[in-house]
Amino acid sequence: MEPVIIDQVQKELDRFAQKEVYIHLETTNGAYASHFDESFFSSGAYIRNALLQYEHGKITGNGPFRVGLKMSFGWVYAEGITHFEVDNKGRLLLAGHDFSGKLAVSLQLSEQPF
Amino acid sequence: MEKERHVLVVFPHPDDEAFGVSGTIASYTKSGVPVTYACLTLGEMGRNMGNPPFATRESLPHIRKKELQDAANVLGINDLRMLGYRDKTVEFENEAVLAAHMGSIIKEVKPSLIITFYPGYAVHPDHDACGAAVIKAVKDMPENKRPKVHCVAFSNNCEEEIGQADVVNNVSEVADLKVAAIKAHVSQTQLMAAEMEEQLKNQDPAVMARIHNERFWTYKF
Ligand SMILES: [Zn+2]
Repeated sequence: MEPVIIDQVQKELDRFAQKEVYIHLETTNGAYASHFDESFFSSGAYIRNALLQYEHGKITGNGPFRVGLKMSFGWVYAEGITHFEVDNKGRLLLAGHDFSGKLAVSLQLSEQPF
Repeated sequence: MEKERHVLVVFPHPDDEAFGVSGTIASYTKSGVPVTYACLTLGEMGRNMGNPPFATRESLPHIRKKELQDAANVLGINDLRMLGYRDKTVEFENEAVLAAHMGSIIKEVKPSLIITFYPGYAVHPDHDACGAAVIKAVKDMPENKRPKVHCVAFSNNCEEEIGQADVVNNVSEVADLKVAAIKAHVSQTQLMAAEMEEQLKNQDPAVMARIHNERFWTYKF
């Protein structure tokens, strides 16, 4: 992965717009967060291979970045995006890594199921 | 360490064996005891991606699979099984089906000792679910056929509730293999391993004790 280049990511978001795409969306602070710090409230969610279509998508912010995908009946949103990659299958992988490099959020788009 | 005929290790994540059990595994394989390691998932949902990140959510399972194979080689494990479950979902599997899967492996391998997580005291939901499935599988066997089960526990409340570990293996003789196994899981341990080696070099007593002693609770059925 490399640090987000906003123009490149925007181009990729445009490429997937208005067609059926599979989404992986995830936030996580890890299963150990409350083990190491009992005052820490552990939470997270992920959805893998949700099939949807968005009208347009946008990446904004000064870094870490925010990404929003506008659908005809709703939104997909991710905050804290720091890195991106278009992998060898043409999938757009967006990820946010925290200060120690651990994954905190990911949003991925693909024309095929992950 | 008691002499064993065959040891079966069952954990849900690549690297679960590294910190608390790899010295014990290496001690067994060194003395000629075959070890089978059944690993339920490939740690697909791990958060460590390397720093700077060299893994992605999609490449991580491939990377961790290779790391697991490397660690198994280091430890002399010649029967490594990757069971194809998905990280963070083990607790949502059908419990009876999962236990039956564990039971079929136990039946085939016929271990004299099984090492797994202590259900309820292993922090990660996958750990607890994995341990529970193994315990259920062994419970379902006739009493005189059951192998011993040594459990790993490390929740903050574990000693309060289940007492002190009754099995402590000193693995100082294979400490180098243990460190190598930990380091094999590069994506997950790169920062920690560097720090640990430094502490070992400085003979930090707390770290030495942690590396050289592996603790288990014998499960009482
Ligand atoms: Zn684990």
